[in-house]
Amino acid sequence: MAEPAPEPTAAAAPGPAAPGAAPPPPGEPEVALGNAVWIGVKDAFSPITRFLDVFGGHLMLAGRAFAWLPRRPVRTANYLEAADYIGVGSLPIVLLVGAFTGMVMSLQSVYAFRTFNLESYAGGVTAKALALELSPVLTALMLAGRAGAGIATELGTMRITEQIDALESMAVNPVQFLVLPRVVAGMIVGPMLSLLSFIVGMAGAYFVAVVIQGIDHGQYVANVKSILTISDVAQGVIKSVVFGMLVILIGCYQGYNASGGGRGVGLGTTRAVVTASASILILDYFLSDLLLSIMGGPAT
Amino acid sequence: MSGEAAPAVTDENPLAADPRWHIRVRGLTKRFGDNLVLDHLDYDAERGKVNVIIGASGAGKSVLVKHMMCLLRPDSGSIWVDGTDVFSLAPRPLAEFRRKFGLVFQFAALFDSLSVEENCAFPLKEHTKKSKTEIRDIVNDRLSALGLDGTQRKYPAELSGGMRKRVGLARALVLDPEILIFDEPTTGLDPIATRNVDEMILGTAARYKVTSVVISHDMASVFRIADRISMIHNRKILASGTADEIRNDTDPRVYEFIRTSGVVAAGGAGA
Repeated sequence: MAEPAPEPTAAAAPGPAAPGAAPPPPGEPEVALGNAVWIGVKDAFSPITRFLDVFGGHLMLAGRAFAWLPRRPVRTANYLEAADYIGVGSLPIVLLVGAFTGMVMSLQSVYAFRTFNLESYAGGVTAKALALELSPVLTALMLAGRAGAGIATELGTMRITEQIDALESMAVNPVQFLVLPRVVAGMIVGPMLSLLSFIVGMAGAYFVAVVIQGIDHGQYVANVKSILTISDVAQGVIKSVVFGMLVILIGCYQGYNASGGGRGVGLGTTRAVVTASASILILDYFLSDLLLSIMGGPAT
Repeated sequence: MSGEAAPAVTDENPLAADPRWHIRVRGLTKRFGDNLVLDHLDYDAERGKVNVIIGASGAGKSVLVKHMMCLLRPDSGSIWVDGTDVFSLAPRPLAEFRRKFGLVFQFAALFDSLSVEENCAFPLKEHTKKSKTEIRDIVNDRLSALGLDGTQRKYPAELSGGMRKRVGLARALVLDPEILIFDEPTTGLDPIATRNVDEMILGTAARYKVTSVVISHDMASVFRIADRISMIHNRKILASGTADEIRNDTDPRVYEFIRTSGVVAAGGAGA
């Protein structure tokens, strides 16, 4: 029986060198090792460097935008247009979410306090929770989903269709023209929306507690007045200014730096919503801690 | 001529030495990360002529013209426009300087939220104190000159590719620029629309007496419009000259670029 012909060795040719094969030239392994270590270190720290890069990019964009604030020309129409888009456009969803948040908070509080026959305390607790946390945070999350995403898409499309380059070529600074009005509008409209959300939230809470659950009107209102302070509302407003700026700045950053066609714009929009939402919730803790220590929270 | 070096600049102000050249680029080097795009590139654009820059995709043509308007900053080198070193300008004079230029983008880059009229009026509203009537008159004049009467109320999405480019040119013309830059004006157009755009470039150059810098690799169009052609290759200007000089260039890389594009001139090298 004839032996089968040996397989061609072509496949083996590019494989790893056999032990004892020609050694690399002297000196080269050290260089390769050094490079490999450096690449490994860079890879290991790349999430940190990427984060710092993006974080620094946001700070620089904010710095560049606010540096233009006192400089002419002041394009009032751009500010009003941005306020209309961010504020009026987001109003229905913010009010809807605000009302139902107040209602459900009230419902849960009434049931929880009923265990101790203290239902009338539900008003104060709901008011404090809405003023300090729920209204600013949920309003900011709504803004991130609606205005932040919309701005990221709009600016991203302008970037990839060279409209931002066109502005620059016409000696119009795109940061002053596009970013600054939106960020300022976010800082002004954010707290206004949050306050409106708080008001409709309290109306919803009152409706559930007094009309549906039958709590005494006088007790409920007195309790709200005794527990809710002006400082609580002020803290919520301050948070909303910061959140409003943050959400719109992140949307602007993702749009302004978009690349890679339609897919890049889509990714930028997704990143704008995810980054803004996570940032709001993380920053909320630190901001609450700071504000409570400054503006007089409960003694610890 | 192949390998023709741009005239050496010895004067502090090169334009004063030779008013023939409107834009003079010297030793321009630009790198994006590890990617060296331009390497000590020298280039001259002739005043009042149609200067075309050709070269393969990714050769750095757009990067070069963005430097001319100072939309990008080089790693080294200088650009002189009308005797001004553009990279030495402070922000306010730079904004003023950019008004010398009109840039017509590859896909027009019209603002989609604005109508044709509002797009064209935009630079005038930003940079002049003209009344609404004056602005409307100027816009209508430019639109009419480019055969765009009746499109004032339309939005960019309602226009064809060729019309969008003409609106882009009208917008670039409203501030009476001295230099017009066209970034690949015929890309994506059918042959008839391409010819129309070529005529638009020539007509504009003649009517408004501007210096035109056109980036293109559509060689049929290039030979129709160019007074002067420069080819970027390997991060430098490989050849510069009149259309005839480039057509008859003996450098195999220039010849190959022209021949591959399907345009072989009678009497051209190797033809």
